[in-house]
Amino acid sequence: MKKMPAAAPGKHGIRLVNKAAEFFKKPVNLISVLALLFLGYTIVVPLWEIVSHSVRFNEGGSLIHFDLWNRVLGSKVSESLFYKPMLNSLSIAIGTAVLSLLFGGGLAWLVARTDFAYKKTVMFLAVLPYMLPSWITSFAWLAVFKNDRVGGSKGLIQAVLHVSPPDWLAYGYIPIVITLTLNYFTFFFLLMSVAFSSMNSSLEEMAHMTGAPKRTIMRKITLPLIMPAILSGFILTFSKSMGSFGVPAFLGLPIKYYTVSTMLHSSMQNRMIADAYILSIILLMVCACLIFFNQKAIGKRKSFATIGGKGSRTTYQALGKWKRLVNVSVLGGMSLAAFVPLLILFVQSFMTMHGDFSLSNFTLHYWLGNSDPSIASGEVGVLKNDGILTALKNSLKIGIIASIVAAFIGLLLGYVITQKRSSVPARLVEQLSFLPYLIPGIAFSAIYLSMFAKPFLFIPTLYGTVSLIILISIVNELPFATRAGSSTMYQIGGELEEAAVVQGIPWWRRFFSIILPLSKKGLFSSFLLLFISVMKELDLIILLVTPQTGTLTTLIFNYAEQGYQQYANAIMLIIVAIILAAYFIAGKVGKVDFSKGIGG
Amino acid sequence: MSIISLSHINKHFEGNHVLKDICLDIEEGDFMTFLGPSGCGKTTTLRVIAGLENPEGGTIAINGKEMVDAASHFYTDPSKRELNLVFQNYALWPHMTVFENVAFALTVKKLGKKEVRLKVEAALEKLHMHAFMDRYPAELSGGQQQRVAIARAIVTEPKILLLDEPLSNLDAKLRIEMRAELKRLHRELNTTIIYVTHDQVEALTLSTKIAVFFEGELRQVDTPKNLYRFPNDLAIARFIGTPTINFVEALCTSISGQPCIESEIGSFDLDLKKLPATERVTLTLKPEDIQLYEKNASVERGILLEVEEVMPAGSETLIQLRKGSLELIAKMIGDVPFETGDSALASFPLNKVNVYDAVTGILLGQAADSSSAIYEVKQSMFS
Repeated sequence: MKKMPAAAPGKHGIRLVNKAAEFFKKPVNLISVLALLFLGYTIVVPLWEIVSHSVRFNEGGSLIHFDLWNRVLGSKVSESLFYKPMLNSLSIAIGTAVLSLLFGGGLAWLVARTDFAYKKTVMFLAVLPYMLPSWITSFAWLAVFKNDRVGGSKGLIQAVLHVSPPDWLAYGYIPIVITLTLNYFTFFFLLMSVAFSSMNSSLEEMAHMTGAPKRTIMRKITLPLIMPAILSGFILTFSKSMGSFGVPAFLGLPIKYYTVSTMLHSSMQNRMIADAYILSIILLMVCACLIFFNQKAIGKRKSFATIGGKGSRTTYQALGKWKRLVNVSVLGGMSLAAFVPLLILFVQSFMTMHGDFSLSNFTLHYWLGNSDPSIASGEVGVLKNDGILTALKNSLKIGIIASIVAAFIGLLLGYVITQKRSSVPARLVEQLSFLPYLIPGIAFSAIYLSMFAKPFLFIPTLYGTVSLIILISIVNELPFATRAGSSTMYQIGGELEEAAVVQGIPWWRRFFSIILPLSKKGLFSSFLLLFISVMKELDLIILLVTPQTGTLTTLIFNYAEQGYQQYANAIMLIIVAIILAAYFIAGKVGKVDFSKGIGG
Repeated sequence: MSIISLSHINKHFEGNHVLKDICLDIEEGDFMTFLGPSGCGKTTTLRVIAGLENPEGGTIAINGKEMVDAASHFYTDPSKRELNLVFQNYALWPHMTVFENVAFALTVKKLGKKEVRLKVEAALEKLHMHAFMDRYPAELSGGQQQRVAIARAIVTEPKILLLDEPLSNLDAKLRIEMRAELKRLHRELNTTIIYVTHDQVEALTLSTKIAVFFEGELRQVDTPKNLYRFPNDLAIARFIGTPTINFVEALCTSISGQPCIESEIGSFDLDLKKLPATERVTLTLKPEDIQLYEKNASVERGILLEVEEVMPAGSETLIQLRKGSLELIAKMIGDVPFETGDSALASFPLNKVNVYDAVTGILLGQAADSSSAIYEVKQSMFS
């Protein structure tokens, strides 16, 4: 008689069993679980690590002590430890962003909206600094403007003109802002030229027909339409400048001009780990706030960017009588900015003494020489140096493995994101994979250093191995790799896979016969972009390398620190050669669009 | 026995109730069309049947076997439902040739090479695509891609073939060609076909049955003829037919228990199955049911209207008419002897007038002429 209610829990049980079976029957669910575990372990745990290490717990954990925070923010040392560097960082970031906006935005307008002549060349020249390590320019700057007051040799100006450049021109704020701008204006250039060229010029023409003056059209029509691009460019430049380590280290440290990131590095070196963690958290918070406000500000406006993007025709504005002047000066200026630093480094790598241009001062020693105790404590030339060979091997190994793995993981994460669209796991994957973007490289490596210094769960001690550097490179590149992966997946579209689903083709077969072949091209271009990005990385790995695991970039840093600038330059040129080779292979074989590379 | 049976299917999508309690039986051998405006749930219903989406409520049985029971979270794999699907954008795998596209499912099932070849060739033959076997999808026209997509779907010999707006990406001429092709295929394959479209002409020409969807609800399931002649409610009436059907507001009064109509197109009796909720009703009249005559012709129950606009469209002509607030559109074959500003007499058979409840929008019945019998007698006496 009482069978009816008894059936209910049974049915409920079946429901649960079916639900679980349904969940695990779909490989995409399994992948998203694995993806979340991976992201959780490589990103969330490290973040938690720094937060928890920045405070101290009482025994039993009942009370939290913020004395470490107090030391950084409210003690006698906090002015030099935090406030001054922070102020420096902020003013560098703002200065760089504003200057980049003017420079990159103007260039984008020139290329996208006027009849400027050398568009293709300028495009290449504008992307070039993005591909090269940002501290190339700072080396070149020092080679020219260095003075002998701080120590070391003279720069070009002092050597030739016998005028000692003042400190403010040789080191500190101004050179840092200028060299960062020369590298980061690319963000503005790329974002704004996309915005300019996707904006239908009939929108402006319409305003012109209503009789609005040019100034009004600019203010009321053009500016609001490209505002989202300006804001994203600002965020990118700002956060990149805040977190950059190489440039402020080379140009700031000689006169004890600290930024948050260089302070972070020196805290780390002085074993003031908690200070370093707190600085990392603050750096991270600044970037996170900025991105949050950006999303608030753009919000609905985002749709602007693509309005009229289809089939729009652009009328190029004639430069008129200025044309010749603009053509020549822009092309000339850009070429100078792109090639002169390389040229200076190249020449310098053959010179024993800076600024001495007599023929006897030129030598191949730094490239090919054997050990000579009178030069650089007996270092042999870079092409004969075993240490450099090891570093080259390490660099290539790290670059190739990390970018292949990251591209592949990015593809899988993109698969989860597009397949499970707007579900909770998909959104979680999307946002977690974006997080490394916010974490300054140097802070990131600080965390990994402590996490992997001892065995953790089933992972052995990774410190001192190349694997650790590969791992951190992979995680650091995830934001870009995932974005590339999901855009590849969006292009493939879900229906091509569904067409196989209804025919009963198993998942692994769908993946290897349909998805993988179709994403080959996307995978390849993402791999090359990642490779370039990993090859030029310094901030991220500087804390993690040991003499055995050093890469070309860390070697450059060591040589430069010791003052063996010629070796640093020579190695730098090797890196440039590798990167340019990758770039041309990418363009020839993969038809890779480098304007997609922003954000990496 | 019905081959597919949906009962009380409910589906939500990001907080939207996209399928509302859908109940539908499809007979074996039917050419069933899901018709409705975009976003009405027709494609979702198709995907639910295919197993690409899972409903939160309801059951589905295919061939008498239970495939979905949402209450116990039981969903059968798409591949085990003995059906196949042709996608709107064909979803041909661009890196495989026509042959490989069609053969893929068979090779996965580990059929012998010879058998695969025979089956693929047969399927391509049926769609006259045999000659294109070694081409890649990008080397085919839209119509040819469509044929390959259908060949790929029928090569596994499914009991049910699902087609999701298959003709919407083709140009007008090709579309008419493919319609005939689909009709032939349905006859030859002898499978049940479910076809999704928003194009009513496609639905009316192809189907044996049409299911009309509006806002996630299944509003009417009927033969094409019945659907066209007797739309269940005002929304369907507005959707079916080009140009849009004429609407005339009217009052339904009752004279000694017998309901009758007062309207600008005349007064007449009613042949009603239901009574309206209030006295407000809406009459519908198809443009092609209106006959126009010169203003001084002698026409029984003719209404004198002013010609507002004449719109010739090749084989037919649309005439826009007005009298006060009454606006009508008439459709006549060939040229018409009217110009803007002329007067014309309009007449129509009363049994072509559908009567709807103006409040609920439900079909109540048709207008009827109580004196029509007498009228016919009189006519025959005089002639």
